[in-house]
Amino acid sequence: MSWHPLLLSLQVAVAATGLAGLLGVALAALLARPRLPGRDLIDVLVTAPMVLPPTVLGYYLLVLLGRTSPVGQAFEAVTGISIVFTPVGAVVAATLGALPLVVKSTRAALEAIDPTLVQAARTLGATPLRAFVTVELPLAVRGVIAGLMLGFARALGDFGVTLMVAGNIPGETRTASLAIYTAIQAGKADEAHTFILLLTVVGVVPLYVATKLGRRAHG
Amino acid sequence: MAEPKKPIKSVGSAAGEALAVRFATQRGGLAIDLDFTAPPGITVLFGPSGAGKSTALAAIAGLLRPTEGRVVVGTEVWLDTAQRVERPVHQRRLAYVFQGLALFPHLTAVQNVAYGLVAGDRRQRADQARALLDRMQVGHLADRRPRTFSGGEAQRVALARAFARAPRVLLLDEPFSALDRDLRAALGAEVKRYVAEARIPAVLVTHQRAEAHALGDRAVVVDRGRILGHGPVAAHIDLG
Repeated sequence: MSWHPLLLSLQVAVAATGLAGLLGVALAALLARPRLPGRDLIDVLVTAPMVLPPTVLGYYLLVLLGRTSPVGQAFEAVTGISIVFTPVGAVVAATLGALPLVVKSTRAALEAIDPTLVQAARTLGATPLRAFVTVELPLAVRGVIAGLMLGFARALGDFGVTLMVAGNIPGETRTASLAIYTAIQAGKADEAHTFILLLTVVGVVPLYVATKLGRRAHG
Repeated sequence: MAEPKKPIKSVGSAAGEALAVRFATQRGGLAIDLDFTAPPGITVLFGPSGAGKSTALAAIAGLLRPTEGRVVVGTEVWLDTAQRVERPVHQRRLAYVFQGLALFPHLTAVQNVAYGLVAGDRRQRADQARALLDRMQVGHLADRRPRTFSGGEAQRVALARAFARAPRVLLLDEPFSALDRDLRAALGAEVKRYVAEARIPAVLVTHQRAEAHALGDRAVVVDRGRILGHGPVAAHIDLG
């Protein structure tokens, strides 16, 4: 069995964690503002990937990002590659899986910060952005890292949405979890054992670290 | 051995200006309607807790937007709801000493004090911050984080950070409530000296009569969102 699926999974998970980190921290910063209009709606949209069936979510993504959609056409015009049924689609799928974990962990950490610290920064001449970067973010850093760890583990293991959006093309979009599925379907479970073991370790270790970080952040 | 203290220069400040505050707002079911002027010196905002004193400081600082009101320092308008003028907090040159001090826990004392400094490069700001910490007799804490400070030490660092801002208005929300009597007197004297040197208006919120008498140049007595009296401290607050 080729190592390609595992390498692809790692690449996809790293890219997805980076994207979910940037997007997730920004969203968490927005959601931590009590007077944000439409806050609950944004919250629901960010969380939806955790509860929607992967097929449903995958369908929406195909409609939204497919080769005939405006977004898909614009992306293809600029980069020359399609989003769907390429590794790009796998990154999108994994990012959506990781995003709610990053947002929730970061938001909880931001909301735990004493609001007078932010007020102090503002009265010392800091713009809202500077106060966020120099006070809120450093104080929430454990929550951000915990969220990234969980997000990475989640991104690494995505199955359903990846299958819908990126397909299961050998050497192209077949990630480790898809390779496991394919091997089992073909009655070659023993070939999948290495991947099963590796995905278990790479999934559980970040979970352990995130739990530790979460405990220290609140203890 | 106390060294002679150099006065702190308020860079570009128009010393001698007064702060004029008038605002009305709702806060936790209480209608607050205050109108007072604070000339250079310490104006004590005196009253029981829940009277609207801290709300007044927040309105001056721009940390809350009152329903209606006007805040003017000298000729600089910070808030005028009738004219739709509202300066954001970071553009109001003021210093606010919070009740819990609000020192940044992830920064050293020097970094805390330098946070509000803008002039000069990084090293110059750090030097300036160290000088202020020295002046407040906490130079030895410069590279430590607030978690290890005693109540008095934290208070001195918080005052150094406030003075570093070279504010046009100094706001103090029960700053000495956690300290014992000797420390309170020593730090009160530091604030008094700073305000006299910089010739800026300071508004000090307290519910303690002795503190009002010790520090106040004049008093504004507040209860349930209304001003009961305004003038010399001795005329309005009994020492009890």
